[in-house]
Amino acid sequence: MGSHEHSRNHSGPEPLAARVQRMTGLNPACCYQCGKCSAGCPMAAETTLRPHDVMRLVARDRLDKLADADGLWLCLTCETCTSRCPNGCDPARTMDALREIFATGKDGKAPKAISAFHKSFLAQVRAHGRLFEMGLIMSYKLGGGSMFADVTTTPSVLARGKLGLAPHNVKGLEEVRRIFAECAAAEEDER
Amino acid sequence: MKIGYFPGCSLHGLSREYEESLKAIVAGLDTELVEVDDWSCCGASSAHGASHLLAVTLPARNLAIAEEQGLPEVLAPCAACYARLASARHEIEGDAKLADHVNRILVRDFKNTVKVRSILEVLKGQVATIKAKATNPLKDLKVACYYGCLLVRPVEVTGGYDDPEDPSSMEDICKAAGAVPVKWNRRLDCCGGGMSMSRTGSVVRLSAAILKDAKAAGADAVVVACPMCHSNLDFRQKAMQQRGAWEGDMPVLFLTQVVGLSMGIDPKTLGMGRHFVSTDSVMARTAGTGTGSGTAVAGEVG
Repeated sequence: MGSHEHSRNHSGPEPLAARVQRMTGLNPACCYQCGKCSAGCPMAAETTLRPHDVMRLVARDRLDKLADADGLWLCLTCETCTSRCPNGCDPARTMDALREIFATGKDGKAPKAISAFHKSFLAQVRAHGRLFEMGLIMSYKLGGGSMFADVTTTPSVLARGKLGLAPHNVKGLEEVRRIFAECAAAEEDER
Repeated sequence: MKIGYFPGCSLHGLSREYEESLKAIVAGLDTELVEVDDWSCCGASSAHGASHLLAVTLPARNLAIAEEQGLPEVLAPCAACYARLASARHEIEGDAKLADHVNRILVRDFKNTVKVRSILEVLKGQVATIKAKATNPLKDLKVACYYGCLLVRPVEVTGGYDDPEDPSSMEDICKAAGAVPVKWNRRLDCCGGGMSMSRTGSVVRLSAAILKDAKAAGADAVVVACPMCHSNLDFRQKAMQQRGAWEGDMPVLFLTQVVGLSMGIDPKTLGMGRHFVSTDSVMARTAGTGTGSGTAVAGEVG
């Protein structure tokens, strides 16, 4: 299984396929391009790169092609591809590994709204230990998401008593912050 | 039966009626929920795309606390929390180095002994009790049982309590409550998950297809067991209508509300009034009284 701690030779840039294999514990070349993953992919209609395209590009070390595509960021992690793969590949986990690679430094072609949402979400969890939904909405809007998203619907959410107005901070906030810090440090070592 | 309970952020926020209805039914099922002390977010859809280690360690903190509380198993009613917790457990189990790394970050002696249970798994084990307690069975209520993604797949993570391509646990639970599950095609399709805000157009496309299929199969309501599925299928019906993707109103119920109604629990206690699409039509079809539905605040949907 994947682990972030396997040491590697720093003599040159590690090929993408090897890096992904190290992260996921699976050889990307195990994909024989049957396309069953893409046949069931809910985002296949919207993305330029379907799951089996991604698997092939990883196996061929085409970091350049993957960086130019939005496909990785549109993946909903519904796990349909992974569930149905006849050869035990894990496209969903591969997408995660690629997002992790691209999340460092340059965001690849992450659509602004999606990247703003994830960043805002994690910032809320780091700040409070739990998600503060109202904080997420505000921070998402300010961080690059649409300012007008859900302006008209938010009052109806409040009317149903569904949105808390104040965050709940967990007692173990220090531990949660340590988790964020040490995971970030481990990713830094990895690079 | 005593079981650990991981509510997750949504059950204390946007989907509080899921927790309200769960807490209302467990007493009748002789089940006691023991909340995980000072639980924190599982990382949801955002952590695993940013850092694999973070996506494992955030849920692991909660599993470690549950273990310290002496809980052999934890129920995570939210499908996303369930997937993240069960996935962390699975990954740590198969990777000693990762397990060691997680323990060093947590500074806890975590042995990964806690089993993670989905709501389907827990209620499936109580089908006989649900049937016996159904004093107000939902006679003739046709329901489309919607599983979505994370409740039953991947099977390596779920342990295979249900079939990932042809599951039946939710239908069995609804039948025990007296409802009539319809046969339909899109019960395992994705609703758009966590992209409700960041890519509403995709959610509208995917969720409208699900509702249309449920309607075509003759369903009076869609039943879900996930806050994100509920939000996309209920709250986003207005966006679907505005964008011309969907006509009509399809009530969307949490599975726990279906069980609660069959037990004759007051709809208000079950949080039926917190939905965006009125549940009056559901209540009218059951023998119970139709109060507490979404009509009280319907004018404010905008």
